[in-house]
Amino acid sequence: MAEEPKEPYMEGPMHSTHPVIDPGLTFASVTDKISSIVLKRRTSLAWFFGFAISFALFQLMLLAITNLVFVGIGLWGVNVPVAWGIDILNFVWWIGIGHAGTLISAILLLLRQRWRTSINRFAEAMTLFAVAQAGMYPIFHLGRPWLMYWLFPYPNTMGIWPQFRSPLMWDVFAVSTYATVSAMFWFVGLIPDFATLRDRARSKPFQLVYGWLAMGWRGSARHWHRYETAYLLLAGLATPLVLSVHTIVSFDFAVGIIPGWHATIFPPYFVAGAIYAGFAMVLLLTIPLRKFYGLEGFITMRHMHNMAKVMLATGLIVGYGYIMEAFFGWYSGNRFERYMIWNRMHGPYALYYWALILCNIITPQFLWSKKVRSNLVALWIISFIVSIGMWLERFVIVVTSLHRDFLPSSWGMYQPTVWDWSMYIGTIGFFFTLLFLFIRFLPMISIFEMRTILPEAEVEE
Amino acid sequence: MADEKDKSGLSDGNGSRDLHDSATPRLPASASHHNRHNTPLYGIMAEFEGPGELISAARRTYEAGYRRINGYSPYPIEELSEAIGFTRSSLPLIVFIGGVLGGIGGFAMQYWIEVINYPINVGGKPFNSWPAFIPITFECTVLMAAFSAVLGMLILNKLPQPYHPVFNAPNFALATRDRFFLVVEASDPKYDHDEVAAMLKELNPMEVVDVEV
Repeated sequence: MAEEPKEPYMEGPMHSTHPVIDPGLTFASVTDKISSIVLKRRTSLAWFFGFAISFALFQLMLLAITNLVFVGIGLWGVNVPVAWGIDILNFVWWIGIGHAGTLISAILLLLRQRWRTSINRFAEAMTLFAVAQAGMYPIFHLGRPWLMYWLFPYPNTMGIWPQFRSPLMWDVFAVSTYATVSAMFWFVGLIPDFATLRDRARSKPFQLVYGWLAMGWRGSARHWHRYETAYLLLAGLATPLVLSVHTIVSFDFAVGIIPGWHATIFPPYFVAGAIYAGFAMVLLLTIPLRKFYGLEGFITMRHMHNMAKVMLATGLIVGYGYIMEAFFGWYSGNRFERYMIWNRMHGPYALYYWALILCNIITPQFLWSKKVRSNLVALWIISFIVSIGMWLERFVIVVTSLHRDFLPSSWGMYQPTVWDWSMYIGTIGFFFTLLFLFIRFLPMISIFEMRTILPEAEVEE
Repeated sequence: MADEKDKSGLSDGNGSRDLHDSATPRLPASASHHNRHNTPLYGIMAEFEGPGELISAARRTYEAGYRRINGYSPYPIEELSEAIGFTRSSLPLIVFIGGVLGGIGGFAMQYWIEVINYPINVGGKPFNSWPAFIPITFECTVLMAAFSAVLGMLILNKLPQPYHPVFNAPNFALATRDRFFLVVEASDPKYDHDEVAAMLKELNPMEVVDVEV
């Protein structure tokens, strides 16, 4: 760190004139401003309003799950030939959203992108909460979710073991490892901030809870040294992990022989799509949040520009993926593959396909313009459209591939039921419930990391 | 209160030096007459306004021959741990070992189950169809390495540790905001209360206080 040229708040090439952090901030003001959101600021009516709506939708999820467990997955629209409906689609959608958080916190840390500091805590929280939603879908899709522990290898009286050659088992390990490592990474990042809150809190319960979570952190130089080592190593471990997770999710499809699934492009194209969707979600959430909590000094236009650029770049990779899918279909010379791509474009679900092209390939092209990138409303709308587009993409992959495979006699149609939609809307509610609790009770920006990028932190020798 | 402590514990040349016994280094000389509780000390703490002051103070303290010293700062400062002579940690080795064990364990588990304990012919593939075992082997490697990193860091740092003497220092709550601290611990072999206090006072601190155990 000592050898790199130090420009505290105007780092990077000059193509961007926006600073990474408001240059007027100090150690004290950064600490007070971020911790006051949790400790001092009155909980606003808008917070209660947002929380109430999310919580109500969360109840819808509980209702949908209860009904599902009592009745069975016949409640959902899934049936042969489309045995994977929007539940598996939503699993992929949510886990993809999570990937931006890990990308921001781990990969950008390794690449020394200091602008990540303002958004990594929030993005990691988003990751965790999205993975929590994602994890529910495959479990409830089992039909008998109370037997989900059969997925784990444990010695049992039946004398049987899981089948490790199946991508579905890989998925169990990938998603549970991802959730565990993300949670640990997030918690380790929070320890010094818990100590900050412990020392700032005025009321006894808050002091106790934050003190308990801080575990006696005191900012000792020896502790910081090991802490930084652990944090860096975790980032180094999370980086291949995040790539592996969506690769393995894509194997759920690519290892199968269904036309439209059995393609080598799947792993990179899924990973790019995940980052694309994830950045869209980060923008979708941070744009209103920074406005509402007055965080423009921390999350500057620089962040917005950078995230928009990442979205554009990954959007182009995803576009390449679509083109290659179509090309493979034609070039394979295989009649089933050819029919699959023709069916996507002209079959009963053609509307979804063209909406997907509009949302995911056409819309992000506006991000080439600096004017659009500087317009927060436009950016928010584009992010919203991309989020929908990524949902459509998974619909096209899951449903249009399954509903017409090799034998016309086994073709069928799929229609999600009201319980499919209840579950989906309900998980959105659960996601926002967790997010509202997070911004109310935890520092949504990493306080100690913000201190490191302040001009004050520069040591002249 | 801090001022009072400052005067009592740290004033120079009060003739109490001869009372100081090197066999009981935790009892500072001046404790006999002015220290309120007459309790043993953990060390002496100097408070600094900025990272630059703390780093140069830590360097000079280290150069003066003190080894049981520690800095406290609101954010990680690489130069600070170098200044107090703490540059190597066994954590990377622990993480490496954790990762290797996780990888070997993950593969061994699959091999034992699919080849030895519960062999099933799937599509004519060999029982040891190792390429299919790679994803889970990789995930186990990452999982165990990550656990080693987090638990290793906490254990080496002796966390959780609800009580620590430095929390007794009056301004120490600011160590998580905008203040920087340097502590010379009483267990340092070279420790002499008045000498250390005098030296710290020369290093441009905002304040120098005794830290009770």
